[in-house]
Amino acid sequence: MPTERITAAFKRAKAEKRAVLVSYLMAGDPDLETSYQSLCALRDNGADIIELGAPFTDPMADGPAIQRAGLRSLAAKTTLRDVLALIARFRESDQTTPIIIMGYANPVHAMGYGVFAEAAHKAGVDGTIIVDLPPEEDAPLREEYAKYGLSVIRLATPTTHEARMQKVAEGASGFLYFVSVTGVTGAGSADPAAIAANIEMARRVSGLPVCVGFGVKTGAQAAEMAKIADGVVVGSAFVEHAEAAHESGDLARAPQGMGTLARELSMAIAGVAKP
Amino acid sequence: MDVRNTWDQWPDVNGRFGEFGGRYVAETLMPLILDLEAEYRKAKEDPAFKAEMDDLWTHYVGRPSPLYFAERLTEHFGGAKIYFKRDELNHTGAHKINNCLGQVLLARRMGKTRIIAETGAGQHGVATATICARFGLKCVVFMGETDVERQKPNVFRMRLLGAEIVPVSSGTGTLKDAMNEALRDWVTNVEDTFYCIGTVAGPHPYPELVRDFQSIIGKEARAQILEREGRLPDVVMACIGGGSNAIGLFHPFLEDESVRMIGVEAAGHGIETGEHAAALNGGKPGILHGNRTYLLQTDEGQIIDAHSISAGLDYPGIGPEHAFLRDTGRAEYLSTTDQEALDAFQLCTQLEGIIPALEPSHALARVGEVAKDLGSDGLIILNMCGRGDKDVFSVAKYLGVDM
Repeated sequence: MPTERITAAFKRAKAEKRAVLVSYLMAGDPDLETSYQSLCALRDNGADIIELGAPFTDPMADGPAIQRAGLRSLAAKTTLRDVLALIARFRESDQTTPIIIMGYANPVHAMGYGVFAEAAHKAGVDGTIIVDLPPEEDAPLREEYAKYGLSVIRLATPTTHEARMQKVAEGASGFLYFVSVTGVTGAGSADPAAIAANIEMARRVSGLPVCVGFGVKTGAQAAEMAKIADGVVVGSAFVEHAEAAHESGDLARAPQGMGTLARELSMAIAGVAKP
Repeated sequence: MDVRNTWDQWPDVNGRFGEFGGRYVAETLMPLILDLEAEYRKAKEDPAFKAEMDDLWTHYVGRPSPLYFAERLTEHFGGAKIYFKRDELNHTGAHKINNCLGQVLLARRMGKTRIIAETGAGQHGVATATICARFGLKCVVFMGETDVERQKPNVFRMRLLGAEIVPVSSGTGTLKDAMNEALRDWVTNVEDTFYCIGTVAGPHPYPELVRDFQSIIGKEARAQILEREGRLPDVVMACIGGGSNAIGLFHPFLEDESVRMIGVEAAGHGIETGEHAAALNGGKPGILHGNRTYLLQTDEGQIIDAHSISAGLDYPGIGPEHAFLRDTGRAEYLSTTDQEALDAFQLCTQLEGIIPALEPSHALARVGEVAKDLGSDGLIILNMCGRGDKDVFSVAKYLGVDM
């Protein structure tokens, strides 16, 4: 029951009076086995929800770190079906950690929305964030997802005013991903004070938990964001460990580095008591 | 029912041409493209906007462009009469400026002070930089680093005009990557920046507004041929990259059922080799750069790099309205290889004293067959959308001439 897994993750965190840690890695960067080890390391070190990137040749919302991650994954010939197989493998030993696929519309479109939704459900996917499918364009995908209870996780941004937020909230489920800055992934971080009101509005209008991402790299930044949001998303900082592992040729450095960072971030987040 | 409204009704309120088009952008950009659409609707109704466009078209761009009877080319093929719509005589040497002018005037109405653009061959970049210079606006042009290298004269022209050139090394360093980078810039600088897209692609309302601005080509051509020949042409023809010059010529003729439309894509080394830029003839529908259209892609939905001798046609997609015109059968789409385009480039230069750009050379390469097929009673208008001055260095290289 996919959406339930996401809801349960937020419930657990709430019971512990803390925000959730959402961590991102690119599937197949630099290979699928390393991604599998990294998934396990993230889960073992406090990641509550994992976003798994599906590579695309033209990632127009991503900054250099995730662009390079996608190119490494494509160089290893990772396909969307490989990403699903990776999740299915992870599900053999983990039934509780929500997994969200994050990517772009064309690979999903090429597989066919109906085929993808069924395959994603079978693999144990909980939902997706398709960056270039705004509410105006995701209805056909949502229809297919409804058959399996998969979540459509929507993005809200500093340019999303209240009237627009209504549209973003309609049909969204799981949680809302608040992009803290206007910009690409891995860019500078936002001033929490400047976005606190937007996050409050997003939560009120959508009735969903709100996770904040883009530009969060350190425990200190994560703690600041944990004060104003229900969850904190960290991406590029994890991906940099896959890059370092790839460049050194010592692939074990990816799960090690990601695990250590997840530990640091989850402890920092846990240090912020939530009501 | 007024049948003249059947083609004009597209795109629909969702920015769709049938099943193509749409608004496939990141949420950050949604409010921006909705604002742009609202502003465009207002501008269309504003006589002052039209008056300013008309004035600059006449006195700055040099419109209307002539409709020229290509007598020797017609004789050479021995078939239908071939006319050129001479948009290569516009200021900056191509049709691109028709659109840049419209978009920059829109940007000014919206209070935007910084204009960004993507460019392949550099013609759209030069046209954008030109209009920005004219209005004192900051201009940033994204260009794949491969293209920066092969289009040096245009890079220098843009710098002279005061534009900042950002070479794009991400991906494969060509036009599609320049467009990705322009979108990344726009997502980052939402307050002051206007994205001036160079072709009839991108998210709605770009395919519509670029088409409307380029439709001046077909409106003039239609009036000119009626005056010259007393009748409509049998065929209108143009080359297709993203498809802005073609849609500009085609659109005002869409309701004229007797007029055939022929678009010519770049077949590069040949469609069968996989190294080409013919999205309609060698691609399938997908989603890229804000719209659903035909794309060069793998079975897994990854985008394949285009190849063409002409940097201006070197793009793996095509405007969504062309996808629609093709699937409805209203327009036909042929293709021309690099070699055929080079041959047509030389033929036109020698017979007509007009050095065409490599882009319209692709349409020229197919015009002979069409002319023979129609016979001597036929009438063809071909859009001479750009002049070849920018291409002489690369043509020399292909011909093995050391300059």
